[in-house]
Amino acid sequence: MMALPALPRRYHAASIWSLYLLGLCPAAWYFYQAATGGLGFNPVKEFEHVIGIWALRLIIATLAVTPLRDLAGINWMRYRRALGLLAFYYVLIHFTVYLLLDLQLNFAAVGGDIIRRPYITIGFACLLLLIPLALTSNNWSIRRLSSGWSKLHKLIYLIAAGGALHYVLAVKSVTFVPFIHVALICLLLAYRPLRKPLMKWKRGSKPTGRQASSNA
Amino acid sequence: MPAYRPPRIPASDITPHHIYLSRRSFLGSAATAGLALAGGGGALAAPLAASPSSFKVNEPLTPKEAVTTYNNFYEFGVNKEDPSQNAGAFKPTPWSVKIDGMVGKPKVFGLEELMKIKQEERTYRMRCVEGWSMVIPWIGFPLAALLDQVEPLGSAKYVSFETVVRPEEMPGQGGFFQPLPWPYIEGLRLDEARHPLTILATGLYGETLPNQNGAPIRLVVPWKYGFKSIKSIVRISLVEKQPETTWKNSNAREYGFYSNVNPAVDHPRWSQATEQRIGEGGFFGAKRRATLPFNGYADQVASLYQGLDLKANY
Repeated sequence: MMALPALPRRYHAASIWSLYLLGLCPAAWYFYQAATGGLGFNPVKEFEHVIGIWALRLIIATLAVTPLRDLAGINWMRYRRALGLLAFYYVLIHFTVYLLLDLQLNFAAVGGDIIRRPYITIGFACLLLLIPLALTSNNWSIRRLSSGWSKLHKLIYLIAAGGALHYVLAVKSVTFVPFIHVALICLLLAYRPLRKPLMKWKRGSKPTGRQASSNA
Repeated sequence: MPAYRPPRIPASDITPHHIYLSRRSFLGSAATAGLALAGGGGALAAPLAASPSSFKVNEPLTPKEAVTTYNNFYEFGVNKEDPSQNAGAFKPTPWSVKIDGMVGKPKVFGLEELMKIKQEERTYRMRCVEGWSMVIPWIGFPLAALLDQVEPLGSAKYVSFETVVRPEEMPGQGGFFQPLPWPYIEGLRLDEARHPLTILATGLYGETLPNQNGAPIRLVVPWKYGFKSIKSIVRISLVEKQPETTWKNSNAREYGFYSNVNPAVDHPRWSQATEQRIGEGGFFGAKRRATLPFNGYADQVASLYQGLDLKANY
């Protein structure tokens, strides 16, 4: 496989900001569609669903950064924070639409849903768990928390699993689209425990592993 | 096992271009041609005469476009827009419905014969288990009128229904990840089936049923969740024991045999207390309305369930 040409350093910041803009495009597009009648006859539900699916996609992208570097030698670590924060924004939009436009601030109904319906309980728990991650997604927090930061951010694995479960439990039957999303999350989570032995083996078999991996 | 993939046939293979261009000569006038072209939507909808009836909900009708493009008909795909987009190749004629089981006179009815039964227009509420609803002007006839013709035996207690299986015309029935086992099956108690509100529908909005709405003939039981109203029926059997039903087989904790609309009994995943009327309110002004017991038909049907625990028999 050809190595990707490295992006010059001076473009790094601009590329990250572009990713934020690009990442918000689906939400903006579907919002425009929903507001102008382009999402069919039940636009609230439709918008809620596509935003939820995009949140899962962004979580998948966030989880893919590490294996992409390990296995393909593509280092996109600088985009991981943007992907993770975008995922949080999408989960927030997903919940806000449910609260505001779907249940129209009927807090009794929202509370009832959260308590009684396992898929909503799980989804809501994932939203809550994402808050500390979003709040500490900055350089200051990384310095401040030092090794505690990586421990805290391991929560994303639990959140990803919860998000997948939330999706599976919400649909009436698991068809192709839910299956693909859930399968990718399972794959990316399963990679984590395999990572240490894999890296060890890689380094052992190739003494110049760092360079070798960039050509892989 | 390799997945069956129906061949993709371009419209030009079915209708040669020169015939397509001369279509107007087949039609009496340019005006008729205009109407025929405006209809369409993948369905063979044709005008269908029906006499008015007193079964009429006094609520605004759900727009026809919503009724014919926002559908659950998993044989054509699981998304709401799938049935209207994927039902174009389905052939609702010729058609026949076999009635068998515990009847004195089992018989296979041709569609023409069924269309000879007096057709009435009935405007009913339709409540989906997913928490949305519509008001639809159906055309059809009471199921009881058909059952009378086959003379059910005294031992018959239930009626079971079966949808057609045609993977070559129904893309949802082919390929991997099929959402449900086919054929789709449903059932009613005999007294529910004979209730005057229960109809076999052959049309809506003054026309024959579009494919995506269950052409050419479907059940409509307005006091039950929509999935009970089985579409594109090919077989009706009178039986002694409670028949199996597709959604109950797939998840018995969530979908019961009765599935009467009941705001007091929640579906494990959806509150059934309120509903969103499709086509009302748009994106910002959607307003959920209270769901009524038996979908507003309690006066007519509550007596069927006297002494039955509706919480246990959901």
